[in-house]
Amino acid sequence: MQPAYSVIFLTTATGAGYGLLALLGVLRAMDSLPDERAFGLLALGLAMALISAGLLASAAHLGRPERAWRAFSQWRSSWLSREGVLAVAGYGPAALFAFAWLILQRNDGLWPLAGLAAAVLSVATVYSTAMIYRSLAAIPRWHHPLVPWVYLILALATGALWLNAVLASLVGDHGGHALVRAICFAALAAAWLLKIAYWRAIDGATGESSTATAIGLGGLDGLGPVRPLDPPHVQDNYLLKEMGFAIARKHAAKLRRLTHLMAFLVPLVLVVVQSVASGPVSLLAAALAAVTVSFGVVVERWLFFAEAQHKVMLYYGTERI
Amino acid sequence: MTSLPREAPAKRLGLVIDLDTCVGCHACAVSCKEWNTTGYHAPLPDSDPYGKDVDGVWLNRVHGYETSSAAGARTVYFPRSCLHCEEAPCVTVCPTGASYKRTEDGIVLVDEDICIGCKLCSWACPYGAREFDRDGGVMKKCTLCIDRIYNENLEEIDRQPACVNACPAKARHFGDFNDPDSIVSELTAARGGVELLPEMGLKPTNRYLPPRPRATMGDGASLKDAPAADGGFLGWIDRALSR
Repeated sequence: MQPAYSVIFLTTATGAGYGLLALLGVLRAMDSLPDERAFGLLALGLAMALISAGLLASAAHLGRPERAWRAFSQWRSSWLSREGVLAVAGYGPAALFAFAWLILQRNDGLWPLAGLAAAVLSVATVYSTAMIYRSLAAIPRWHHPLVPWVYLILALATGALWLNAVLASLVGDHGGHALVRAICFAALAAAWLLKIAYWRAIDGATGESSTATAIGLGGLDGLGPVRPLDPPHVQDNYLLKEMGFAIARKHAAKLRRLTHLMAFLVPLVLVVVQSVASGPVSLLAAALAAVTVSFGVVVERWLFFAEAQHKVMLYYGTERI
Repeated sequence: MTSLPREAPAKRLGLVIDLDTCVGCHACAVSCKEWNTTGYHAPLPDSDPYGKDVDGVWLNRVHGYETSSAAGARTVYFPRSCLHCEEAPCVTVCPTGASYKRTEDGIVLVDEDICIGCKLCSWACPYGAREFDRDGGVMKKCTLCIDRIYNENLEEIDRQPACVNACPAKARHFGDFNDPDSIVSELTAARGGVELLPEMGLKPTNRYLPPRPRATMGDGASLKDAPAADGGFLGWIDRALSR
């Protein structure tokens, strides 16, 4: 599949934003975050900016963006529609949460429920985003049970690392917050393991469809390989431009190594450095970890598209998918 | 609504395409383009049509393949268009309701007036039946020539899809798969018509008739072992040439 930059930006930015918002909602309900307005403004502002920028980018890839409002109607069947509905619904509790924190400075009674509701809707929105891909049987490497888990855990990891960076910049000796550091570490490790399992699964899969079954010759006995002879058109058409993107294996291997490094290994090391060091070194490690993981997840998402094969390519020369 | 119809459609209109007789002339694809660029999906735009980077929206594409087996090699021409699936994934993924399956005849259509051009339906279709119109920002697909098959301004004989009308090899047939006496039901039963990608379980309506086994031509032994004539004029020629 052709990596669409608007969609890569959408999923990585909203992933980090919703991860951050969910953590803020839950941790403030547990009363384990600083109460200062400056911290709340910075952290909530960052989360809402990431979410809103991602959602706006998603509208940019539409052929008719002025009709985007119509996408809220088909939530009964469409994960894309569900994503839209949940994303917009999420602004309600997020606004209440911000009102209670930044204006009223309250965290008693029913007010924590606003943050918890924002957290639940954040998780649901990221899940819907992932299910858009997970539900497409025409693209077996997306139609995989691990896909939603990778999206969810990576959203948690990137959100946690940004929260960690904001905390380190504002709190005490820049060491941040032990619980948040622990969440960063656990989420990164879990995401790494899931991503390794996912890559193993897709590398080991032999496709169930062949060119023969795609053109109706699957039932013929003793049929040898089916090869394309006369192409239907001489230049690339929409299908080949959109679905025909193929990445060279050596490039994929390089980018996978880059993902291992930037999305997982380096941020993990930096979180450890942050906790053992103190002062400016801690702050620098926390900030670098957040920036590195964000680039790493962009590479991971680019590969998620570039390595996905669409079954229509069975008609254009790929033998098995 | 982009949920699929709850009850089975009254009719299941579709095509039968005969891979045994298709000669790969592209007449179906060209007549499809000609009719539909002024029909329901008007226009089907081309970009740089006379230049180096020709691209354009076509709703029907003809591929050619070669196969080889113990019985010898053969060429198979394969026209590819929307199969109007019963479990159409392009319908259920649509966020706006623009992509829908009709309850009365099972035809899968795009309502261009509410399509937002998110392209998700084209990602969901394993058959590559949908092509995006970059100029209009909307998705286009085969309508089974809905503006021909019900068109009372046409002679009755012309009320069938443009591709079926155009086929010089009579490899394309149109009808109702719910009617056991229709040409499409009869051909499917007689020739063992198959679904494409049956392992995906999308229950496509259109059927393809596989190529029939061909008479084998023997191993050519009769040509190699032609007996020599031993007398007369031919015998003399044989001796002269064998010298």
